[in-house]
Amino acid sequence: MVKRASAASVLLYTAPAFVIMGMVVIYPFIYNIFVSLSNMSLAHFRDWRLTGIGNYLSVLTDHTFWYFLFKTLLWTVLNVFFHVSIGVFLALLLNKDVRGRTFFRTLLILPWAVPQYITALTWRGMFNAEYGAVNLFLENTFGLQIPWLSTEWGAFTACLITNIWLGFPFMMIVALGALQSISDSYYEAAEIEGANAWQKFWNITLPLLKPVMVPAITLGVIWTFNNFNVVWLVSNGGEPSDTTHILVSWVYKAAFTYFRLGYAAAFSMVIFVLLFVFSWRFIRRTHATENVYG
Amino acid sequence: MKRKPRDLSFKGKIGAYFVLIIFTLFAIFPILRVVSISLRPGNRLLSRSLAVIPDEATLDAYIRLITEEPFLRWLSNSIIVSMAVTLIGTGLAMTAGYAFSRYRFRGKETSLLAIITTQMFPVTMLLLPLFLMLIRLGLYDSYLGLIIAYSATALPFTVWQMKGYYDTIPFSLEEAAMIDGANQIYAFYRIIVPLALPAIAITALFSFMTAWSEYLVAAVLLQDQDLYTLPIGLKQFTSNMEVAWGLYAAGAILVSLPVVILFVLLSRWLISGLTLGSVKG
Repeated sequence: MVKRASAASVLLYTAPAFVIMGMVVIYPFIYNIFVSLSNMSLAHFRDWRLTGIGNYLSVLTDHTFWYFLFKTLLWTVLNVFFHVSIGVFLALLLNKDVRGRTFFRTLLILPWAVPQYITALTWRGMFNAEYGAVNLFLENTFGLQIPWLSTEWGAFTACLITNIWLGFPFMMIVALGALQSISDSYYEAAEIEGANAWQKFWNITLPLLKPVMVPAITLGVIWTFNNFNVVWLVSNGGEPSDTTHILVSWVYKAAFTYFRLGYAAAFSMVIFVLLFVFSWRFIRRTHATENVYG
Repeated sequence: MKRKPRDLSFKGKIGAYFVLIIFTLFAIFPILRVVSISLRPGNRLLSRSLAVIPDEATLDAYIRLITEEPFLRWLSNSIIVSMAVTLIGTGLAMTAGYAFSRYRFRGKETSLLAIITTQMFPVTMLLLPLFLMLIRLGLYDSYLGLIIAYSATALPFTVWQMKGYYDTIPFSLEEAAMIDGANQIYAFYRIIVPLALPAIAITALFSFMTAWSEYLVAAVLLQDQDLYTLPIGLKQFTSNMEVAWGLYAAGAILVSLPVVILFVLLSRWLISGLTLGSVKG
């Protein structure tokens, strides 16, 4: 690793990117902190003033926060679990010598390629109790009729299925990239030692997948935790009666439908801190920064 | 004959195909469903059939979408915004990623960490201040406001992604060129950029998709119906499913087709180009 650069050339290369990010990311972030400490709301939209940590207290003592936090954690854990296990499993298969792998791989990444809002709106249509494809299919094969979008956990499951559908290809491609870079010689050596399939997976594949999968999983957790689109569009803004929310969709509703701006800003900060603490602990503990090949 | 590590036994092969076929069906089913709805004649939108090609299939919905709805207007708005974001997002990430990969400078680690941290902001946290700021700058309800907002949301990921890819290119290549008298900028454009093409293609694709598929920010930042991008336009149809379901489906197909084609064409590069580089500086 390389050389000490003149300030000018570093600036030349990085400044434009930082100016834009500063304007659209850092400035709003700081502004948000001020709003979170203020009484801004529809009644005090222009004449707002700083009022202290009251908003944070009302977020943390409000039972909706804890309730949606629970839902968000469940949402994140289930999604990431299915994304990673389906993704890695399919990648293991595609990495084998099966005929038509390019064909399968191409079709399997389609859910990633389709714009997210189209996925969400389409699945919402498919979960329609009477005309939706999901119930038609369940009715024809199992004689079942599930009122997906009109019950709390039905809507949650609908969002979950939608998000699993669109998320597994990313993990599959990341895992496939990692698998393809593992040299066959490791496995050949293991075979000479008499290792079985499980031992090979556990002792070779998994450790060499880890450095690639850990950053991908971390990003996956962050994206899923903050995945506004799917929850909002599938449940049409939290239906039935504001129960189908994760933290981000609830805070959006609080801000732009109920105009509780100070509360929403404090709420956003709490979400951010939760993610921040999690991510850094996760990255540290799993030693994502270390290179296995040494 | 001895099996190679990537070969499967006969039973394993059957199992592998079975699993691959099941998941492939799961992956394409919703897409086929939208195709099917887009081909239905107007009086059969609420049909309970699961056939892929409906009875009396027609391109009616597509024709109505293009001739009777402002679809082409939304399309050109989306193209303008997405192209601009692709150019800005890719161009800036190419250079910024290069600096992060090749130079050592004060605040580098911190900047890199700050970049990932931006991924943790809930989008709503940025939306309200952004909205107020763009009003103050006179950029509310304009292409430019949207372009800036999207470029900024795309950049953290793209910078990180380009840096990770440059890290895999040995520095000795540029060194050799510079010994021959080339300066750093020349070495960057003539040696590094061509080698980094797979990552650049992926970065461009992601920047494009960020803008092409974004609904939430556009819904808050645009009011003028003439500026509507495709996501806001298409969302309108879904509020009246009985009438407009076919129009929505036709629009969804037309909107997804270009990105899906790009994605498939670039998928060869997706595997090598998507490097989630380590956090190490």
